[in-house]
This record gives sequence, C-alpha cells and structure tokens, in this order.
Amino acid sequence: MNAIEIKGLTKRYGDLTAVNSLDLTVRQGELFALLGVNGAGKTTTIKMLSCLTRPDGGDALLLGKSVIREAEEVKKLLAVSPQETAVAPKLTVRENLELMAGISGAGKEESKRRIDALSGQLGLEEVLIRPAGKLSGGWQRRLSIAMALILEPKILFLDEPTLGLDVLARSALWEVIRGLKGELTMILTTHYMEEAEELSDRIGVMGAGQLLQVGTAAELKAATGTDTLEKAFIALAKEAAK
Amino acid sequence: MRKAMLLAKRNAKEILRDPLNLFFGLGFPLVLLGLLTAIQSNVPKELFTLDQLAPGITVFGLAFMSLFSATLISKDRTSALLLRLYTTPLRPVDYILGYTLPMVPIALAQTAITLVFGLILGLTWTPRLLLCVLVNLPASLIFIALGLLCGSLLTDKQVGGVCGALLTNLTGWFAGIWFDVALVGGVFAAIAKALPFYHAVELAKAAYAGTLGSALAHLWVVLAWAVGLSVAAVWAFLRQMRKN
Repeated sequence: MNAIEIKGLTKRYGDLTAVNSLDLTVRQGELFALLGVNGAGKTTTIKMLSCLTRPDGGDALLLGKSVIREAEEVKKLLAVSPQETAVAPKLTVRENLELMAGISGAGKEESKRRIDALSGQLGLEEVLIRPAGKLSGGWQRRLSIAMALILEPKILFLDEPTLGLDVLARSALWEVIRGLKGELTMILTTHYMEEAEELSDRIGVMGAGQLLQVGTAAELKAATGTDTLEKAFIALAKEAAK
Repeated sequence: MRKAMLLAKRNAKEILRDPLNLFFGLGFPLVLLGLLTAIQSNVPKELFTLDQLAPGITVFGLAFMSLFSATLISKDRTSALLLRLYTTPLRPVDYILGYTLPMVPIALAQTAITLVFGLILGLTWTPRLLLCVLVNLPASLIFIALGLLCGSLLTDKQVGGVCGALLTNLTGWFAGIWFDVALVGGVFAAIAKALPFYHAVELAKAAYAGTLGSALAHLWVVLAWAVGLSVAAVWAFLRQMRKN
C-alpha cells in the first residue's frame, strides 16, 4: 500500500507558484528524500502534506486520508521534526517527551511506556533529567526526533535533521534514522547529498515547484550521465533554472 | 481541555524556571516598594504612603506578565516548537488556553506576594487585601492579552522593546502610582485616563480602602479594555497560526 499519494498538488503565493501540479507516490516503509535548491518548493510541499498549509489545487492522501478534507485525521498519522530543534528549553528531556505524548492522547502509564522504549532506542537515558536547552546541538536534534516519534506516527517528516551538526553527531543521527527504516514511512529533506544517498530508498529532485526526477541515487546518476549524486543534482537543478 | 492543560503546565514551567522572570516579575516590584517606602520614612511630607503605593505597585508588576507571555510565545514561534505543535491534533482553543491560563495564577500570586511584602513594611492588614487581589483579575487579563497579542505579532527581540520597555514605561508613567496624574493635568491626564492602567490602579486602591462601590466606573473601563484586547489577541494568534 502507498503511504503518500500526491496528485496535482499546487500552492500559489500571489503570482508565485511555489508548488506546481506535483504528482508523487511514496510506498509504506520507504525513506524518500526530497532534494532541491532553496525556493524549489520542498518546504511548501512538506507544509501541505503536514496540513500546515492548504493546497490551492490537487490533493494528497496520507494512508488514504485527504490533507484537504480530513486534516484532523491526517494529523493523527504524521509527525514532523522541524529544521529548527523545536524543543521546550526549560523542560527536561523527559518533560518534553511527556508533553508530546500527552498531546497525542497518551495517559500517564502509556507515556512512561513510550518514553522508556524511545529512550532505549535513541540512547536518551543519560540525558532524560537534563533541561533540553542545555543539551548540545546533536542531543537536541535527537530529542527533536524523539518528540516526533513519541506521537507514534505512521509517517515522519524530517526537515534537514542534521543541519549544523558536526561529523560525529551527524553520524550518530544517521544511525538513529537507519534504525527507523522499515518501521515507518519517512520523508527527508536535506541539502547534504551524501545524507540523501546514504539514507534514502528513493530521491526526488525538485526545482521551480516541480518534481524534476525521481529514482534511486544510481538511477538519477544514470539519467543525468554523471558519476555522483551531487553532479546529478546540479545537472537537474541547472536544467530547471533554464 | 486536558491537552490545553498540558500546554498550560509546560508554559508555567518555562516561565517559572527562568531566574530573570522571577527577578523582574516578583523581585522588581518588591524592590520598588521597599525603596519608595524607605524614601518616605526619610521625608516629612507624605509622598509614598503604603496604602496608596502597595495597591498601585501590584498593577505595575502585572506589566511583566505581558513580557513573560509574549517572550514565551515569540520564542516558541522562532524555535518552531509551535510549528511542531500545529501538526498535532491540538485545536486553536487549546493554544489560546494553554498560553493564557497559566498566567492568571502567576499574576494573582504576584499581586498577593507584593501585598504580603507591603504588610511586612507596615501596610495595615484588612480582609480587603483579598479583594485587592481579586480586582486585579481584569487588569491581569489586560496584560495577559497584551502578551498574547505581542507574542503573536512580534519577534522575541521586538517583544523585549515593546513589552519590556514601552509597556512597563506606559504603565509606570500613566497609571498614577507614584504621583497623582491630576497634578500634571492636561493632555497627560487625558492620555492616562484613556489608557486602562490608571483605572486599574484606582480600582486596586479603592478595593484596599473599602470604597469599591464608588469606583465601579473604573471597573467598566478595565473590563472593556480586557475584552477588547482579548479579542484582538485571539485574532492575532489565529492569524499567525494560519500564516504558518
């Protein structure tokens, strides 16, 4: 079954068409990376899929639920880990997780169960009682993903999850993301080509609000006659800019 | 309602765990009260009598509620915590209640603490002090609504200027806490009476003095501002929510 089915999704801001009649299908359990230069339409697409922005045209079905007609139902299926760390700084790691678990409707016992499980999975035990605002960038990113996962989503949006992290912290976070593969459907936006190649099953390259090419990293390289994903991306982005 | 309370609890923790908030919100009004009382004890003329000063300073202290609330909301916007929450099943009413409800007990506790400190300094105990706390409720709503409004419209840096500097100065100058605005008269007095702060202070003073019956006109002005600003604040919050 497909996790995401996008048909003719369009968003306009005045004269600017940020996303232009986008068609895309993402399978359940797939990690799909969305690449594009700034202004390509990635963020607007994610905002429409996560019910933050209403499309002007087309529709997207998340596990069969429409982002236009069934936004409340769609919100129960998804979670977002935004580009910014998006944590409550004066709350401890545990309190941040309790907040999100409670918002998803979990009771006290259920929250505890989820926190115990997630702490083990993401290695958060050692920082559970520390204020989130005092954590390093890497730990805050990890907490950010945990705050999304504690909602027990079926679809997870990761918006530039390793932005600004050092090599070690990035590598640690990649391990976390790899560990989630297959469990849930993930949409990853990133500017790091090696991250997309390392983590994703398929990659979509956006430009000027349209999906320019979709495929595995190898397929994108073959389609553009290049030997690296970065060169393939540059070739596609330049073609779109003409 | 349960989800709104979860957010309210989080917001209360964020505010109360900030030492700067505690200093400015609770400490600064007490410092002012202590300082002005000390000055009064050294001058023969009645400038700052506790029965006038303490109720007035409770209203001045409420101005910090706007700063706390607006700073929290604007930071939640810039840190994308709000964006994260907008993708959850929380409803608009949960956000409004979550950001306003925790401010009410904090505001009333601040009033009570200021009055208790007044008692320590020599303010005469009377059960009407409890009434004084109660009549600060509509004034609290004004400042809480201003916090929601500014937090929804401004960045955290702008909030510092508008709520931290402008609002506290407006309250300080036009509320008639340190001097009678009628003594200045003219345009100054007219502005003071057009704004809600002067009326809030008169109400608090009347509650303590036991003359609340003759101060009801002030109550209506304060209530009108509270309702108007609350409507504007909810509109501004929902607008920025849609814009996201």
